[in-house]
Amino acid sequence: MIYEVSNTAIIIFLFIVGLVLGVSFYFARKTKSAANYYAAGGNIHWAVNGIAFAGDYLSAASFLGICGMIAYSGYDGFLYSIGYLAGWVVALFLVAEPLKKLGKYTFTDALDSRFNSKHIKLAASISTLIVSVFYLIPQMVGAGDLVVPLLGLPHWMGVVIVGSIVIFIVATAGMTSTTYVQFIKGALLVVFSTILTFYILQNGLSLTPNNNYHKFSSTAAVVTSDTVVSVPDSTYTVRNTRVVDKMVFVKLAKDGKEAWYKLNVNENKATLDEMLDITVTPEGVKLYNGAPKSERRFYQVGHLSKIMVDGKEVDKTGPVGPFEFIKTIEKSEIVRFTKKAFVDGDSKITVWYQNPTKGADIMKPGLLYKLSRTVGATFWDRMNFLSLMLALFLGTSALPHILIRYYTVPSQRAARKSTIVAISAIGFFYVLTLYMGLGSMINGALDVESSNMSAPLLAKTFGIGIFSIISAIAFATVLGTVSGLIVASSGAIAHDFIDKYLEVKMTDKAKVKAGKLAAIGVGVFAILLGILFKGMNVSFLVGLAFAVAASANLPAILFLLFWKKTTAKGIAWSIIVGVVSSIGIILFSPTMYEKYGLIPKDAPIPLDNPGIISIPLAVITLVAISLLTQKENVNKDFSK
Amino acid sequence: MLHEPAAKTGLDKAADKKASLGVKMFFIYTLVYAGFVLIGLTRPELMGLELIGGQNIAIVYGFGLIVLAIIMGFIYNYFCTKMEDKMNKN
Repeated sequence: MIYEVSNTAIIIFLFIVGLVLGVSFYFARKTKSAANYYAAGGNIHWAVNGIAFAGDYLSAASFLGICGMIAYSGYDGFLYSIGYLAGWVVALFLVAEPLKKLGKYTFTDALDSRFNSKHIKLAASISTLIVSVFYLIPQMVGAGDLVVPLLGLPHWMGVVIVGSIVIFIVATAGMTSTTYVQFIKGALLVVFSTILTFYILQNGLSLTPNNNYHKFSSTAAVVTSDTVVSVPDSTYTVRNTRVVDKMVFVKLAKDGKEAWYKLNVNENKATLDEMLDITVTPEGVKLYNGAPKSERRFYQVGHLSKIMVDGKEVDKTGPVGPFEFIKTIEKSEIVRFTKKAFVDGDSKITVWYQNPTKGADIMKPGLLYKLSRTVGATFWDRMNFLSLMLALFLGTSALPHILIRYYTVPSQRAARKSTIVAISAIGFFYVLTLYMGLGSMINGALDVESSNMSAPLLAKTFGIGIFSIISAIAFATVLGTVSGLIVASSGAIAHDFIDKYLEVKMTDKAKVKAGKLAAIGVGVFAILLGILFKGMNVSFLVGLAFAVAASANLPAILFLLFWKKTTAKGIAWSIIVGVVSSIGIILFSPTMYEKYGLIPKDAPIPLDNPGIISIPLAVITLVAISLLTQKENVNKDFSK
Repeated sequence: MLHEPAAKTGLDKAADKKASLGVKMFFIYTLVYAGFVLIGLTRPELMGLELIGGQNIAIVYGFGLIVLAIIMGFIYNYFCTKMEDKMNKN
């Protein structure tokens, strides 16, 4: 997709990034001790911390990823919103206060508070680092996606810019600055998402999303056999035909340009309907609908094909209320653009064909996660759904960068209150994601090359001002979340591993320096991964981070808090089994096989989300090892 | 010395009672959440049925889970604060 770069967008972007850096500079002067660097001195007000929690949590995955997933797969994307929020219930009711009482700076401190065990220090610091890196990847991918339309820069430059700014922020200031950055960003994100939703409802539903929307062509076809067609319109020439999964794709030439069409046969009438296609020639040249990218023949898409109001078909609705909006979509029909890849000679073809879908199917689960046997759902399809819902529910309270925020407030009561502020702000935002996702789906805001850009591109259809602000906030979102993650990672390396596990004697100043050096190292690594994972939906990637966190950390936390027979070795081994099994399953999953360039169906494990296997495995390990090592628990003080 | 909190929290006599309330509320919410997942797994077609005001079960249940989490959070905080004020005062 080619985007127009706007000076307004650049100015607003620079202003918000400048604001973030200004806040960092201001608080950098106050960061003198380790307590300040890792836990903001434990003095943040609960209301500020609550919004900062929201800022930490509403990462690129929530804003860019969920909206994008809803825009392409309807309600299945909203499952992420439901699961992400439900996870906070575990955090509030089970983890928030006890963890606040146990910890000092990091998640490892809390886990190790009863045992002072080297095994726990090592296992927990490794798991913190791995979960944080898994969470960092989608943030960096999202950052790269954002700068393409915002600043007209290539994806990799976005990743490098975010990485560099964040390394700078974290290496200068630590947790106090990331808290205030997250506070500002969390508040701005909720406010401007509300404004965007207001625009969507005011705009209502229309068969013509906007004046610039591309009118997809269709031409009559004569089907002479199942696969061979001719076209009566003499301006078209049939070049080639391909049958892929029982669908017939035909390459037509017109005015010297070649493009792929899909054959549709309805009630004995055959038509060839225009699609979006990308052809990669054997020489590596990329053609968009038969022409180079600069000719702009590749369009933003997403429209309604039928609008039903009170049983009547209409062209547009005018402004609608929030419930009427959902109800009308459910009764109407939306054209989604579904991806298919195939080979034509030596060229690789990817097409996105028009797929008219009933609103009723969009507004319930099933388009992404097949659940019903009537549409051919298998046992593993249903397990994928179960696994995702389990990982999202249990993952939140196991994310190290979220857990460390409990240490920035002065008391357990403040920890609880800030969690409630967070749940309210995050819950409200997640309701908005459904509107922003559906709004993108029907307002021609989809760049089929990147599902992550749906919400910002939707804002662009309403004006360059709101687009610039929303994109800049999304960019700040990434900056803030990456900052928090890098603080958590640097804590795992410098505090948990070097200071506590290796017992390297350091002054308080040296500890802060070690943390900053670790932050730089993790930041550089994250930049490389962000470039490598380009093109994947960021919410899907975060779902994997949740699964790793839920498998590695949650059994350890919950059993430590609620089962007195838990031993240090039980915790350490459960973390290791959780990390290894969840990552192992991910590496051999269908999605990763596709990423390796292999056939997804050949993947040895047919699960995309590992939680359903790896979480029980970690629990079984913890219970079994703890029971086998009960001698360790003699003379332990459990009163803490 | 290794593991004291970043900020001193003091003795909380209400801790056990709050933890017990938290566990109970957690199980209530988990049951409601599990109901949603179970419908999806066993009777997905039910999700499309219209329930109230033209909204289907998927929408009502999904929004309901979000709103329920917020309401339960406020209820939990109300009772915990009451317990802390009463027990820590005595």
